[in-house]
Amino acid sequence: MNIVVCVKQVPDTESPRKLKPEDSTLDRGAADGVINELDEYAIEEALLIKEKHGGEVTVVTMGPEKATDSIRKALAMGADKAVHLVDDALAGSDALGTSYALEKVLGRTGFDLVILGSESTDARTGVLPAMLAERLGVPQLTLASKVEIDGSAIKVQRVTDYGYDKVEASLPAVVSVVEKINEPRYPSFKGIMAAKKKPVETLGIADLGIEADKVGLAGSASEVTDFAEAPPREKGQIVTDEGDGGVKIAEFLASKKFI
Amino acid sequence: MAEVLVLVDHIDGEVKKVTLELLTAARRLGEPAAVWIGPGLENAKDKLAEYGAAKIYVAADEELTSYVVAPKVELLAKLVADKSPAGVLVAATGEGKEIAGRLAVKLDSGVLTDVVDVAEGFVGEHSIFGGAVIAHAKVKRGTPIVAVRPNAVAPEPAPATPAEEQVSVTLSDAAKAAKIVEKVVQEKGERPDLTEAAVVVSGGRGVGSAENFKIIEDLADALGGAVGASRAATDAGWYPHQFQVGQTGKTVSPQLYIAVGISGAIQHRAGMQTSKTIVAINKDPEAPIFELVDFGVVGDLFQVAPQLTEEINKRK
Ligand SMILES: Cc1cc2nc3c(=O)[nH]c(=O)nc-3n(C[C@H](O)[C@H](O)[C@H](O)COP(=O)(O)OP(=O)(O)OC[C@H]3O[C@@H](n4cnc5c(N)ncnc54)[C@H](O)[C@@H]3O)c2cc1C
Ligand SMILES: Cc1cc2nc3c(=O)[nH]c(=O)nc-3n(C[C@H](O)[C@H](O)[C@H](O)COP(=O)(O)OP(=O)(O)OC[C@H]3O[C@@H](n4cnc5c(N)ncnc54)[C@H](O)[C@@H]3O)c2cc1C
Repeated sequence: MNIVVCVKQVPDTESPRKLKPEDSTLDRGAADGVINELDEYAIEEALLIKEKHGGEVTVVTMGPEKATDSIRKALAMGADKAVHLVDDALAGSDALGTSYALEKVLGRTGFDLVILGSESTDARTGVLPAMLAERLGVPQLTLASKVEIDGSAIKVQRVTDYGYDKVEASLPAVVSVVEKINEPRYPSFKGIMAAKKKPVETLGIADLGIEADKVGLAGSASEVTDFAEAPPREKGQIVTDEGDGGVKIAEFLASKKFI
Repeated sequence: MAEVLVLVDHIDGEVKKVTLELLTAARRLGEPAAVWIGPGLENAKDKLAEYGAAKIYVAADEELTSYVVAPKVELLAKLVADKSPAGVLVAATGEGKEIAGRLAVKLDSGVLTDVVDVAEGFVGEHSIFGGAVIAHAKVKRGTPIVAVRPNAVAPEPAPATPAEEQVSVTLSDAAKAAKIVEKVVQEKGERPDLTEAAVVVSGGRGVGSAENFKIIEDLADALGGAVGASRAATDAGWYPHQFQVGQTGKTVSPQLYIAVGISGAIQHRAGMQTSKTIVAINKDPEAPIFELVDFGVVGDLFQVAPQLTEEINKRK
């Protein structure tokens, strides 16, 4: 089975995250880059499926040069190879542009299964998996907390507000995963060493026939017009419990008409 | 005035509060036209009218709800083509965002997701990086599609008399590729939905065990609120995962958020920072959650929380 995992490098949530004043895009230099956390679950799920059904796992990432760190980590976890789409023309792409570019990459790798995290921790739009399913014209099996494959049949549990839906389709398909689907493995020392020798193909937009005016800041269909640090919350009142802490909160809630 | 399509979020006719918020927001942008997909409109009509729906497009065909997301998108795309609305509003729930995304691809239109406000001209306000930055964004191309975070806009009634129009769409084969064979409803008891609740009481590692979550539930029930949990608590298996608040859990924006035994890590804050009023109980005076609070008590949650519950019940 040809399994492709889309992996995004994001700024570490532990370090300060910023937008750049010039163009209101993410300041990727301001923070350490890490694999988007949910994408580790996507990689793990791909590896589990490969272990059970055979095949190959390819990591696809679109991002700046330094996203190779994330690719290496994915390969160290056990993915077989990677495709890295890097091009200055892609900087500042919105979700629509990103999904268009990723579609082109997937056109080149081919796939039986595309697995993504359900949301990134930086932009958190949560739209890419559905956008890709739409573009590729294959079943959308998103927000999955469980995936089962039997031949070309695939079943997932899709998390909903009320519980979950049981969904069935046939491959090829796009899957996005939620956090409780598995427990991502840590790369072993052997895995880290092996990753250094695994193939990473680096491509630019010309290699894939991506039209420059459909991506990047200029090609995007949406734009950030301005931004500012949120005003700090007014300093609240903090009291130490002296046996009446609960009553004190109740008084506060009453003053705010909550009770 | 141009129409603004509002996709109604409902479960078998029970309208979610976020729909009323969307209708309220839509009134600033044009004339709200509710789009109803699925069964159960009869019970819901009054609500939609009360909040200003000038029109209701009704698509009751069961096929539209038998497959994942795509059929709803094809219906909306057809409505956009036929009615040329000024824009489309959906709820920024998991599914709502997916609908917005697919529709954006279909229409080659820009999409803004998880906005906390939307102003004239479909300018969206984003609260990003755990609430640290406020950004405004707009759509440059196509019909603006905006997914609005539940509980971010205050719903205001503005009674209207909606005209009803039956609509339908012929689904493509691709839209019927992911079949929903069963909907499993997990018991949530009598509590309101986490993302919609006006009051959320969350417990963290400090709560210590699954049994102790009763303390959190009792407090939530006294306030008619929902129960949430930090990732430390859901990872430990003390409370089900769907109640996790934060970056990889649910984003909530209630009127009142009470954090009990939660330190206030950045990833937790990402899911609750836009709450209007924040209260915390924590035994560590240095806990970062206290940077956010309107009112905080440094103390043992096992003393303070039950006393608070008792005091609220006494005052009822
Ligand atoms: C603060 C902020 C707000 C933004 N708001 C919007 C907005 O409202 N509308 C809009 O159109 N754009 C927005 N953008 C731009 C958006 O971040 C990019 O287009 C991004 O590439 C896709 O969005 P996402 O990361 O939110 O994807 P999500 O849909 O949240 O990510 C889901 C999954 O898609 C995969 N994935 C995402 N990006 C890549 C990638 N580059 N390479 C490989 N796999 C990937 C990963 O598996 C990931 O887990 C915003 C950006 C920022 C920084
Ligand atoms: C990529 C990523 C995504 C994440 N996503 C999320 C997410 O979605 N949601 C989330 O919550 N976390 C998330 N986390 C985890 C987050 O970093 C924290 O680890 C987590 O929020 C901690 O939970 P906590 O506050 O309950 O536990 P702790 O940080 O251990 O805090 C427990 C608090 O309870 C207090 N306490 C203990 N006993 C008592 C008592 N008897 N009375 C009063 N107070 C007491 C302590 O003083 C302490 O402040 C994520 C982490 C990463 C890296």
